[in-house]
Amino acid sequence: MINKLKSKDLLGTKDLSPEEIVLILDTAESMKEISSRDIKKVPALRGKTIINLFYEPSTRTRTSFEIAGKRLSADVVNISVSTSSVAKGETLKDTAKNLEAMNPNAVVIRHPSSGAPHFIAKILKCPVINAGDGAHEHPTQALLDIFTIREKLVTSRTKKLKGLKVSIIGDISHSRVARSNIYAMNKMGMEVTVAGPATMMPADIRKMKVRVFTDLSKAIEGADVIMMLRIQLERQEKGLFPSIREYSRLFGLNLEKLKNAKGDVMIMHPGPINRGVEISADAADGPYSLILDQVTNGVAVRMAVLHLLTGGV
Amino acid sequence: MNTREVMNADEIGRAIMRIAHEVLEKNKGPHDLVIVGIRTRGVYLAERLSAKIKEIEKVDISVGIIDITLYRDDVKSGLSRLMVKKTEIPFSLTDKKVILVDDVLYTGRSIRAAIDGLIDFGRPSNIQLAVLIDRGHRELPIRADFVGKNIPTSHDESVKVMLKEEDGVDRVIVEKEDDK
Repeated sequence: MINKLKSKDLLGTKDLSPEEIVLILDTAESMKEISSRDIKKVPALRGKTIINLFYEPSTRTRTSFEIAGKRLSADVVNISVSTSSVAKGETLKDTAKNLEAMNPNAVVIRHPSSGAPHFIAKILKCPVINAGDGAHEHPTQALLDIFTIREKLVTSRTKKLKGLKVSIIGDISHSRVARSNIYAMNKMGMEVTVAGPATMMPADIRKMKVRVFTDLSKAIEGADVIMMLRIQLERQEKGLFPSIREYSRLFGLNLEKLKNAKGDVMIMHPGPINRGVEISADAADGPYSLILDQVTNGVAVRMAVLHLLTGGV
Repeated sequence: MNTREVMNADEIGRAIMRIAHEVLEKNKGPHDLVIVGIRTRGVYLAERLSAKIKEIEKVDISVGIIDITLYRDDVKSGLSRLMVKKTEIPFSLTDKKVILVDDVLYTGRSIRAAIDGLIDFGRPSNIQLAVLIDRGHRELPIRADFVGKNIPTSHDESVKVMLKEEDGVDRVIVEKEDDK
């Protein structure tokens, strides 16, 4: 059994081995209990500094990383674009070098350009954690999704993630959540199906070991988990789908369409939800919705990642 | 490797029985007692102690588990890099008498970490320490209230407690590296 991650950074699930994924999930399972205590804090990362560097708006992920760091006693500093000198024209490289000069123990970065975290990881000596880069990867989201699936569906020790069927629905080509999940779930032996408008399928989808549908009801047949992606409404102007109403009619999940799925299928969504667009309110708030479990588990998974990368030696 | 056995299965069983009686004597019965074992082997000893107390007093004493990885001060020194395991204390410690159980008492640093952890779960009326082996060489002002056996050792020796639940056998040995 391994007890640490190979790389100094967490840039994507593509680079993780199945053993590393299990290590992160197991560590997260131990971390989860801390958030249910009266005193939600352990001294593991006391005296360490974590910088949250966010070049894109985010509430959930930034807050989740901040809470995760604070529950481990690290000092967490948030830098968002509107308040930083990036607004004054500083390059990413200069920003990274300036942060390095302040000796942080980890930098968590979200950036609209794919590869930005990899770029600064080469400049910084400290661990860099990718909190979402362009349409590339969002590894901690995929890890918390798999953690949530394991927690709900893999109850006994003998049952494995292997063989579980997950259907991911929506804009696959612009979704870093989908990409990170596909890489990670493939490694865990899970069977991934994707569905969405043909204009929202990446060109290389056939190479990604997934089943592809353009029909929602076929894609969710027999699935253990349905993961709905947020439709980025700003993309409609680019002509990727004719209208929100049509998208919702064909690819939105509601109780009627759920009749095609297994009776106990679990429903996930990385948030933020467009209610009534990709998912109806009764599906999002229904008994098999794991959407809020995902948020709770996000803190535990990020505590695990922060501890594995910056704790100890 | 030079190995000597310092306790066998019978001696371990008798030591736990004696500690159970001592705990009850010192606390004037089982009221408000809870037992918390330090992962990994302290947990099995805690369960055995609880079972012995049940034999004597016919009452169930709650047993919790504490993992001290996140409270340690020696990870930085490169001594160990351990996986974080679950802490399971599903009951309040406030106003309880907590018997903290570990296999070997050595520098006292693990106990310091465990006490810090326990305090996060409430304010116990007191914390008492029970260990199977006290091997000396304390680096902090910590002592055990209940000791299975005192074993004087040198720094270059290591004490291995083996328990059926984890190692398939009940046995305590002291190992010493051969001089090179």
